[in-house]
Amino acid sequence: MILDFVLGRYPYLFIALLLMIGVHGMMVKRNLLKKVIGMIIFQTALYLLFIQGAKKEGASIPVYSPELGAEAGAYMNPLPHVLVLTAIVVGVAITGVAISLLLVIYRRFGTLDEEEILQKMRESA
Amino acid sequence: MTSVYESLFLHTVARAIVPIIQVFAFYVITHGHYSPGGGFQGGVMLAVSIILLRISVGEESFERFPRNAGIVLAGVGALCFALLGLAPLLLGGSFLDYGREFFWLPAPTAHYWGIFLAEVFIGILVWGSLMAIYDTLAGGGEE
Amino acid sequence: MSQVPVLIPISLLVSALLALLIGLRDVKLGHRVSLVGASVAFFLSVAGIRAVAGDGEPLRYALGAWMPPVGIEFVLDPLAAYMTGLITFMGIVALVYAPRSLATEAPGKEGFTYPAMLLLLTGLTGISLTGDVFNLYVFLEISAIAAYALLATGDRNAPVAVFRYLLIGSLGGGFYLMGVAFLYFSAGTLNMADLQARLPDLVENRAVITAAAFMIVGLGVKMALFPMHFWLPDAYTNAPSAVAGLIAPIMTKVSAYAIVRFFLDVFPPGFLTEAVPVASTVGWLSAGGILFGSVLALAQQDYRRMLAYSSVGQIGYVGLGIGLANPIGLIGGLLHILNHALMKGCLFFIGGAVRYRAGVTRIPEMRGMGRVMPWTMAAFVVAALAMIGIPPTAGFFSKWYLILGTLEAGNWWWFGVIILSSLLTAVYFFRTVEMIFREPEAGDPAARLLSEIRAGGATSSASHEAGVGPGPATDPGGEPPASMLLPILILGVAIVAAGIMNVVIVEALLERAAAPLGG
Repeated sequence: MILDFVLGRYPYLFIALLLMIGVHGMMVKRNLLKKVIGMIIFQTALYLLFIQGAKKEGASIPVYSPELGAEAGAYMNPLPHVLVLTAIVVGVAITGVAISLLLVIYRRFGTLDEEEILQKMRESA
Repeated sequence: MTSVYESLFLHTVARAIVPIIQVFAFYVITHGHYSPGGGFQGGVMLAVSIILLRISVGEESFERFPRNAGIVLAGVGALCFALLGLAPLLLGGSFLDYGREFFWLPAPTAHYWGIFLAEVFIGILVWGSLMAIYDTLAGGGEE
Repeated sequence: MSQVPVLIPISLLVSALLALLIGLRDVKLGHRVSLVGASVAFFLSVAGIRAVAGDGEPLRYALGAWMPPVGIEFVLDPLAAYMTGLITFMGIVALVYAPRSLATEAPGKEGFTYPAMLLLLTGLTGISLTGDVFNLYVFLEISAIAAYALLATGDRNAPVAVFRYLLIGSLGGGFYLMGVAFLYFSAGTLNMADLQARLPDLVENRAVITAAAFMIVGLGVKMALFPMHFWLPDAYTNAPSAVAGLIAPIMTKVSAYAIVRFFLDVFPPGFLTEAVPVASTVGWLSAGGILFGSVLALAQQDYRRMLAYSSVGQIGYVGLGIGLANPIGLIGGLLHILNHALMKGCLFFIGGAVRYRAGVTRIPEMRGMGRVMPWTMAAFVVAALAMIGIPPTAGFFSKWYLILGTLEAGNWWWFGVIILSSLLTAVYFFRTVEMIFREPEAGDPAARLLSEIRAGGATSSASHEAGVGPGPATDPGGEPPASMLLPILILGVAIVAAGIMNVVIVEALLERAAAPLGG
């Protein structure tokens, strides 16, 4: 029973694992850049979730082919792929802003370690 | 990321490869509307070609692509895309509604060219944005 | 078919791009362009309100002429019209206020600030207007990116605070996206109206329940719902006053609006109250947030940090309106969106005015400011009375509706929370009012400014003294310059006007918005 469950749903379990790794990285790591990497992993897991849900058993790519005809079930669902594309663009923009922020932080505080930064902020307050 | 690695091999190969990358990027952009590819992917490749130049060759690339170029390209690309979307409004349609008659073009052709132009403008927009991100990070500017 | 729904965000986007390109050459011209763009959007919003108020039909707009449910559509119904009107109004006010204020607090960054503000407005109006759940995510992240860029231009600690906000905000957005994924894979559509038709058959589906949970948590993070609010105090404290005056009033509210939209128009009635106790959870968390925010605001010495914690408390009122789940309570919560926006915006702008003139942000250092800038501080008194909830200011009426809602629901705990928090608000505002209207002692910034006024009839701004920034020494009296004073006074008048006219607003727009609750 458990084996059936795992074998039938292993992509989703993998995605859940990636999500947890990403959030863990964001929370636990001290270096700010590693937090950003954790965020990227989290976002990537989301993209995989969308793509995984678009998969159909034995389906072909979503380009019309005369042999398969017009039946919707023969093609993979292209909509989640488009959603993922948009989400990737959004993720790139956020990552860009995050790394620019890290740059400013590094120039002002001289370090990317969270503990040291908090220390310096407390001292100057 | 401010020092340039002095290597004849790197400079030569970079100069040779960058135009090829750009041509392939244009190919990806222009094929976006009916096969895998599109504005975003092609724009990323265009940006990568310029970043490659910046990394390998350094100063010379700033003559052709000054520091502000990324922001200007992004702004122009986005503006053109927005205006392209607004153009059908003048002819009685909705935003981004290309499937209408446009002067001498029948509706399907206008639709085709509308999507194509949209992909090109998005490509320019993405190109500019990624160049701007790289220039900000490596160039020493703020924000 | 009216083009208004799409023109509101697009006009803001186009003016953002124009302001960016023109601002690279000429910052002042870029500012004028952004002001024109915001005004155009405001007039369009007013046109939208007039079209749908009272008995008007909602305006539906299919983007690209792709018909829903396959295509993305914008829906301008009374609630959306209410939100876009508020957002664009605050946009104009903030853009008028910004130039002088930014000159002292974030010099050199104006060229990017105006386009970023317009981009923020684009995202927020897009969230209000969209009828597609994924489109909402896109606009949510657009507004978030613009907000991160804007907030990072502030003090020395601003980038760290914004970085924290970025991480938590991306987590929230990601959770919302996960909810969208589950919802799409269960129901097969992304269109809100279509979801509303399909979801009643799916209420038992665990994926739908999970989707609801993830979406509410995600939007709750963006809304600074207690206990996910920790990013807010630091982010708002370190921001420039013009930016804080734009973001604090509207940003979290739009995420609350998104929750309301899901509550009313997507999930079937009763799903979020009985099947999954989301509404009451939001209500209880909001009650906690109200108390937490009000108590912590008491402990603050920095004016901006006090306002930030106060904002955590105030968004709790909106959450309480959601949690009550009866029409009157929801109307109270929605009305509070407008009222708090006006009040908080006015308060942050006043803080910026004090900082412009005296360079101080801590309350003890503001002693005696009432004599230096009487008109500004009169507006402060109006805003403070409104925050506490004294008629006829706007703040009273939204709390009144909320109290009626708690009475109707029989929820005495929440009734007590509202009363208690109003008392706490009274304490920390009266303390500030008293400090402001005292006689300044020697050595206070107010004393120095007063002597300058008596001496030369003009005061310099703090930046002029410090040697940076324009700060001409020819501004009359102690009041901030006209471009900053005007928005403060407009907001002060609007607070009272919104209070007196609240019945009009409620009848024209909000009652219809809350109708699906069986009002």
